[in-house]
Formats: sequence, structure tokens, C-alpha cells
Amino acid sequence: MATKPMRIRAAVKDGVTEVKALIAHEMETGQRKDANGAVIPAWFITELTATHNGKLVLSSEFGTAISKNPYLAFRFKGGAAGDKVAISWKDNKGESRTDEAAIA
Amino acid sequence: MNKQRRNVLKTGTGAAVLGALAAAGLIAPGIALADWNKAAFEAKSMADTLKALGATQPADSKDVQLTGPDIAENGAVVPVGVTSAIAGTTMIAILIDKNPNALAGSFKLPEGTEANVQTRVKMGQTSNVYALVKAGDKFYMATKEIKVTLGGCGG
Repeated sequence: MATKPMRIRAAVKDGVTEVKALIAHEMETGQRKDANGAVIPAWFITELTATHNGKLVLSSEFGTAISKNPYLAFRFKGGAAGDKVAISWKDNKGESRTDEAAIA
Repeated sequence: MNKQRRNVLKTGTGAAVLGALAAAGLIAPGIALADWNKAAFEAKSMADTLKALGATQPADSKDVQLTGPDIAENGAVVPVGVTSAIAGTTMIAILIDKNPNALAGSFKLPEGTEANVQTRVKMGQTSNVYALVKAGDKFYMATKEIKVTLGGCGG
């Protein structure tokens, strides 16, 4: 199944880069039922990592309680305009996606 | 929708369906994952989750701040943020006491990344939300109650 691109914004201010990301993902909990009462299987992001010019700046693990189309904001020291910030995720169906953005 | 459900029960397949549901519920998130902390994410209670994370007896700390609304109108999208002023914070986790699985997410912070993350979580009902922070070998915690007027778990 095709995945949709993430929206990533990264901006550096006073030597600290703030990254905001909006990830397109269903994040189905496995608790909900469809109209026929059948459980909709869980489908959610399990791992997400962010790198700055190839160096790891965040690694996180998600559970089903992260909202649909997850939003994430974090900050790291360093970074300069034009540097690349890449975010990749992996979900419980084995799908993955990586997107990158340049620091503004 | 309700009528359909009634029909399912009436035709006697209800029991079978329920059985399948239970099985699916138990098996669904159990797909093998390399690094994902399955035990922690599948733990139901706060105590079990803390144990699975290796966090025994986290101390309440004023240096850990959990931000979020006092009242969330929509439990499906509750913005929460965690900041820690404790030097050497390496991990932040967000736990929601009354969710089916307490652990919402955990963030490992390599050196250079600030202990300041924001995300959005789902909450099934009004509950205490905990921010668990690891610095060195010790765990610290902050709590905030967020009231939910509309649940986010399909209720």
C-alpha cells in the first residue's frame, strides 16, 4: 500500500533546531469495530527515527495511543540552514517510509 | 448499524464472532518486531508498564513538566508535551493510566537532543497522564490529569 509523504518543517534559531513533523498514518488501535462488529486490525507506527545529516537525533517507539496522523515536535542542538533532516518510520505491517527536509 | 449487530447476534453466529474478536485482540499487535518493546507496549497497567521499561519507583520531580489541556474535548487528539530540566535526560515516555495499554510512546534522546518533545495522543477516558523521564540510571515522573469529554478509542 502506498504511503503518503510526511510534512516536515525544521528551523534553526540560536543554535537549536526545532523539527516539527506531521506523519500521514492511520494509527488504527485494534480496539475499534467496523459496522459489522468485526475488529479493525491494529495498524500503527512502531518505530520512528530522525537524523540530522545522517546522525541520529531521535529514536522513538510508538504505541497505539499515538493519535492518527501523528504530530511530533522536538529540538536538537546544532544544525545549520540547508542541512538535511530525515525522518523514517516503520509500522507493524512492515511498511516504512523516509522523508527529508532542509533546515530553514 | 445497531440493527445489523442485532442480526448477527440473532443468527447465533454471535458467539463465534466474539470468539474471533477475542483471538484477534490478543494476536493483532503481536507481529514480530525487532527493537520495539513489546512487553512495555502490551502491558495493561501502569505498574506492569513501568516494570517492562525497567523503571522501578520513579520519583516525582518538579523538573519534569507535562503540558496538555485540562479538558480535552476530543480524546482522539490530545496534544501533550514533555520537557525535562534534568541534566542527562536520555529517555522520555508518555503513559496514560486508563488507556487499554498504558504506554503511548517513548522517545530516546541522543546527546545534543533537548528533552522537549510534543506529540498528540489518544485517550479513552479521563485519566492521569504520566511523563516518565530517565536520566542516568534514575527515573523521574510528572503527572497531570486530563479530562476527556469524548473518548478516542472508538467508544
